[in-house]
Amino acid sequence: MTAEAADSAEAVGTIAPAANPGFLQRHGRTIEYILIPGAALAGALVVFGIFVMLFGKNPLDLYFYMYYGAFGTWFSWQNTLTRAAPLILTALCTALPAQLGMVIIGGEGALLIGALSATSAALALQGMPPLVIQIAMVCAGVIGGGLWIMLAGALRQYRGVNETISSLLLVYIALAILNHLVEGAMRDPASLNKPSTREIGAANMIGSIPGTDVHWGLVFGLIAAIAAYILIYHTVFGFAARVAGGNIRAAKIVGLGVSKLILTICFLAGGAAGLAGMVEVAAVQGRTNANLAAGYGFTGILVAFLARQNPLAIIPVAILLGGISASGGLLQRRLGLPDASVQVLQGIIFVFVLASDALYGRIGFLKGKS
Amino acid sequence: MADGSIGLWTVPLAVLGGAIRVSTPFLFVSLGECITERSGRINLGLEGTLVMGAMSAYGISYLTGSPWLGVLAAGVTGALLGALHAGICSLPRVNDVAVGIALMLFGTGLAFYLGKPLIEPTAPRLPAIDFGWWSDIPQLRAALRVNVLFLIGVALAPILYWAFRTTRWGLLIRTAGESSDAARAMGHSVLLIRLRATMVGGFLAGIGGSFLSLFYPGSWNEGLSSGQGITAVALVIFARWDPLLCLWASLAFGGAAALGPALQSVGVTSGYHLFNAAPYILTLAIMIITCSPKRTLTGAPAELSITR
Repeated sequence: MTAEAADSAEAVGTIAPAANPGFLQRHGRTIEYILIPGAALAGALVVFGIFVMLFGKNPLDLYFYMYYGAFGTWFSWQNTLTRAAPLILTALCTALPAQLGMVIIGGEGALLIGALSATSAALALQGMPPLVIQIAMVCAGVIGGGLWIMLAGALRQYRGVNETISSLLLVYIALAILNHLVEGAMRDPASLNKPSTREIGAANMIGSIPGTDVHWGLVFGLIAAIAAYILIYHTVFGFAARVAGGNIRAAKIVGLGVSKLILTICFLAGGAAGLAGMVEVAAVQGRTNANLAAGYGFTGILVAFLARQNPLAIIPVAILLGGISASGGLLQRRLGLPDASVQVLQGIIFVFVLASDALYGRIGFLKGKS
Repeated sequence: MADGSIGLWTVPLAVLGGAIRVSTPFLFVSLGECITERSGRINLGLEGTLVMGAMSAYGISYLTGSPWLGVLAAGVTGALLGALHAGICSLPRVNDVAVGIALMLFGTGLAFYLGKPLIEPTAPRLPAIDFGWWSDIPQLRAALRVNVLFLIGVALAPILYWAFRTTRWGLLIRTAGESSDAARAMGHSVLLIRLRATMVGGFLAGIGGSFLSLFYPGSWNEGLSSGQGITAVALVIFARWDPLLCLWASLAFGGAAALGPALQSVGVTSGYHLFNAAPYILTLAIMIITCSPKRTLTGAPAELSITR
């Protein structure tokens, strides 16, 4: 368990140049963790290229515009990073419970509840100094989202309800609550066509990182991912969680409080997604409305699986997928592809990544000590 | 309110109509999923299958002018998605729940992509049979306009119940679901059984989707299905993998889903969105009541990863 942890820790670091002959063997698993998802990604891009070719588009144009729209210019980099911020946070919502062997896919619901709670906090505290309001928004977003996913965890632990299905049902319930409040009790009478809450106020927005258009949510995401990594791989709590995820009976026999582990991890996971909702309100939308259900929660599931549930690996993967969604607009304008093409590509990537699970430990030249 | 004389009776009537109309997709998806899960695998991707089925049915019905060809196309699309799910799951160390999530995203994305040009045109719909001809009350007549697919679904439930118990195929599927070792020892390929079971499940879910676009609500748009597929998957667990219980559960869910629009039609508009979420809340509540952490659910196929 610990050896594996150390290996996957290296998986995200840079690989030193081959210094001695045993390099491939010693780092076999690390290389696998990069090589196989990379190959899956490449395979998915090829299939997607063939797919658009069937519609009479040139796949080389597609790849060029995808690269250009995602990483080609400083502008597209900023767009990409802005989209990566919520993806890092919603991916944590799937990756953290995965350490316990749970499959939570309800990040979208926690994001919506987090956004709603953060907006409520900001509206309730109007008139206070911006810093107080911002801190209150962070707390409200984390607690709101955290309790939402903790509910799925508690149902699993105390009632045996499957957490995958319950967390997805909670997404639809969260959306209904949001629509109910936004069109009812919390509606800003001035929002006619698009029912919304009142604005939280320009002074209370969290703004951009100096010198860029990328908002501070990216920093929130980076901190959360690094903190999650330390928690999972370098604390006793994280070790206990991974033991429980590996063998729940062993965990119970050595006396680990499995209920506490599940509830805490689920709270943190939901808290991360709730923070994503807070960031979307406090840095992008300025208010809560149905625009928030933009699918970040669902893409986050893909990010987590592509990163093999490793919190640090989530960062580059989120930037990659943020780039894909950032290039969607350019694909629409230049190639006339429907806006759903990003969704199709994400679906193909997801299928390839899961199918590539079968390859681990089977690549001949990497077989060695591991 | 069209007819003031029946007043609040509109609500139970609309719920009855909803139970018949709205339940059909729930019924087909849950029966399909029932077959798949009985073979020991869970396909969460039926949400995507439902949307793909709706899109392809609408498209084929529009292109050929025959809604029944659309229904067939939806079934075939569903079976292909089922084959994709089963194919990936048959690789070693691949988790069927995760593949289902992937196909859920893939199916909806693909349907939105291919269905873009279908939002505008109108396709021929499926005909309805008027069972309410004896009545003068328009609401009752509306409630009793029944689609043939609903009747097929209702007939399918007892047939499946019978098939699971007595036919060779039913026994094979159940053997694969209870103990893959036993099926293997009898000389059958578990992967092949599950492939077929998943394809049949996808076929039925696709037909459920065709009902959405070709009868009720009867058009193609991107908000057509919001979680009906996943609700139906949860419904199978609540129905204890019993096709007959799937039928009753689908009717109950259809009624719950019709509650929001029914209340709106008599002027109760507050809480509209909350009433629309009734099927999800009902699913969750039923799962909370009926599941237990202490024991595995009665009737659960032993090979099913989700109940282990």
